[in-house]
Amino acid sequence: MLTAIDGIIAELRKIGVPVSIAERIDAVQSLEHLPLADRDLVKSALRAVLVKNHDHELAFDTLFDLYFAPTPGAPGEAGSESLGALDDAGLIDLLVLALGEGNDVLMRAIAGIFVDRHAGFEPGRPVAGTYYVFRTLRAVDPDRLIARLGSGAGAGTGVGGGPEPAAGSEAGAGSGDALGRRLQLESSQAQVNRFRQAVEAQVRQRLVADRGADAVARTLRRPLPEDVDFLTSSQEQIIAMRAVVDALSRKLGGRLAAKRRHRRRGALDFRRTVRASLGTGGVPIDPVFRKPNPAKPELFVLADISGSVATFAAFTLQLTFALRAQFSRVRSFVFVDGVDEVTDVLQRAPDIIDATRQINAAGSGVWLDGRSDYGHALESFWQQWGDQVRRRTTVIVLGDARTNYHNPAAGTLKAVRQRAGHVFWLNPEPRAAWNSGDSVIGRYEPFCDAVRECRNLRQLRAFVAELE
Amino acid sequence: MDHAYRFTSPELVGRSLRETGYLATDRSCGAVYLGDRLGKPVLIEGPAGTGKTELAKSVAAMAGMRLIRLQCYEGLDEAKALYEWNYKKQLLRIQAERTGGVADWTELEADIFSEEFLLARPLLAAIRAADPVVLLIDEVDRLDVETEALLLEVLSDYQVSIPEMGTVTRTQTPLVYLTSNNSRELSEALKRRCLYLYLDYPSPEREKEIVLARVPGISESLSSQIAGLVASLRKLDLKKRPSVSETIDWARTLVLLSAQEISTDLVTDTLYVLLKYQSDIDKATAELATGF
Repeated sequence: MLTAIDGIIAELRKIGVPVSIAERIDAVQSLEHLPLADRDLVKSALRAVLVKNHDHELAFDTLFDLYFAPTPGAPGEAGSESLGALDDAGLIDLLVLALGEGNDVLMRAIAGIFVDRHAGFEPGRPVAGTYYVFRTLRAVDPDRLIARLGSGAGAGTGVGGGPEPAAGSEAGAGSGDALGRRLQLESSQAQVNRFRQAVEAQVRQRLVADRGADAVARTLRRPLPEDVDFLTSSQEQIIAMRAVVDALSRKLGGRLAAKRRHRRRGALDFRRTVRASLGTGGVPIDPVFRKPNPAKPELFVLADISGSVATFAAFTLQLTFALRAQFSRVRSFVFVDGVDEVTDVLQRAPDIIDATRQINAAGSGVWLDGRSDYGHALESFWQQWGDQVRRRTTVIVLGDARTNYHNPAAGTLKAVRQRAGHVFWLNPEPRAAWNSGDSVIGRYEPFCDAVRECRNLRQLRAFVAELE
Repeated sequence: MDHAYRFTSPELVGRSLRETGYLATDRSCGAVYLGDRLGKPVLIEGPAGTGKTELAKSVAAMAGMRLIRLQCYEGLDEAKALYEWNYKKQLLRIQAERTGGVADWTELEADIFSEEFLLARPLLAAIRAADPVVLLIDEVDRLDVETEALLLEVLSDYQVSIPEMGTVTRTQTPLVYLTSNNSRELSEALKRRCLYLYLDYPSPEREKEIVLARVPGISESLSSQIAGLVASLRKLDLKKRPSVSETIDWARTLVLLSAQEISTDLVTDTLYVLLKYQSDIDKATAELATGF
């Protein structure tokens, strides 16, 4: 048991989840108070002790299943003997029933049998198991399963084309309109998803039995959400990042506002003055003043939305969108080879997806050939909006500074810097690639308060923390 | 740990919580149980309206313990969280001494910085309480980063150091719950001292049970439809997702309208109970009308 805990901790640390020694001690101590036979309880206890961030819980769950894997085909799994006698069609009938009733034990047993029959498991192959999961699910055909679940539980409303309606479940939305069908479909999808997870778990158990937990953990290792690279992230990952970005922008707003707290004195704070006077026998020698409310700063965001940083651009737009709430004035500009203000678009659009669509449709930021020209973009920004940059303004430029060998016009940024309170530059490229090829970030660097590599949420968070 | 354990098993915690009207998940029960056993605070995180504060209140009700609550906000300082000297009383004491005649200053100083002149704020009150208490530190993410450090001594050692007086240690170990909406990242130091519990929106099955328990006179099929629809709404990209309390409000509304089952029209007419932004309502109406 202790080796399993140490294995989990080592693997967590490797993927970047901080686990302190004190937490390891707590983990071991917590086991003293738990019935060790109750696997779910041990899992939730260890999770509460070791993982202090919701984004990391998925990683922990996977690891726990690896290191505390029940041996596959253990006699504890109810009735796996008699189930084995059924053929595939019979098993699927039973599965529909089990899912409808929410019978997880039966569902897991069926998943195990399907994996045995269809995964084509080859001992010793160093794979992560997605291939086995795919082969198993192909035999089950999830889409048909969803349709059958829908017709089975839909209390005879006849949605899909299932052969025979199974026992009616009370979850069935009786109304036959679009709404009822929608709810039905969603609950079927959720059930099939549960089955998919059971299959994944079964495959992993077999992998662990074959090669040991450490080896499987290595092949399964995936970056945490905050370490996903902006430039290479998939659509799902971007969606997953959205919540984090919203929170981050709130923090960013708070930090920038705090920076602007002046030393100027506000009104006299009577209570604290009297309190402070106690040291001098009640004579108020040091008056205490309230701190004035900080003036909300003004933010200009210039985002590169050219093709080379397309995913990053989607993310930066989202960041800008979320920042609106934090600043008295956020003005957003997008550029490729020209620059356009998109503050109004972001203001009016109900959500970021719609805003992005509008910006792309209008071809904002593109003046000539649609290839980045930082120099021209900066110059046109300076000409049109330069006089509106003030001391209260913070300018944040988001882009890779790859200017396609055009004139970088760094002098313009210098002029902006002289008028603005702060200029920050966030670059989504790895630092090693800076100043190579057509990247001219080094030319801009002297005129920024800070230039930061910003490839993932962890780095963005570090930037926000640094502003303090 | 030198204190007697209050809970005997996680299942029992779950059952007692259910009696107070709070349907806890196995995870919540496990965390509450472990928090008591290890003598550690429990940090509860999750979206708004998932019953974080309610969990702490229910634990207090269940164990028959007094609840001491510290509501955090930006600008909270130690005078409001830990302790403060009762300066008015101290002044009076000094004045009384003066009119009474010559006094020994060291004696007087020891006197005015004694417990009699100390105003205990929630954190100090919780560890000095004679009876068993539950300390709820609500919305800890609203504290400034610097103020967060105030909590550390209390959370790890259950003691408060007062420069003029020395260290005040606990009279009993309070059960401590911290809640956070995750509006900012809490410091590692704070997280390390706590157990972590993430309370997400309940699954449709659990939400159905909650509705059944909280709304009198609702039918089983209607409550499961409600739970399904709310779960479906939460999947949309909304400004504010409906919370559990809003689900309950909506269920009450439907019962008042004596609805037997939900239909698209009924949902559209009463959506304002669940969603609080016009843009959200528009979006949900459009989504629901199209079905799939």
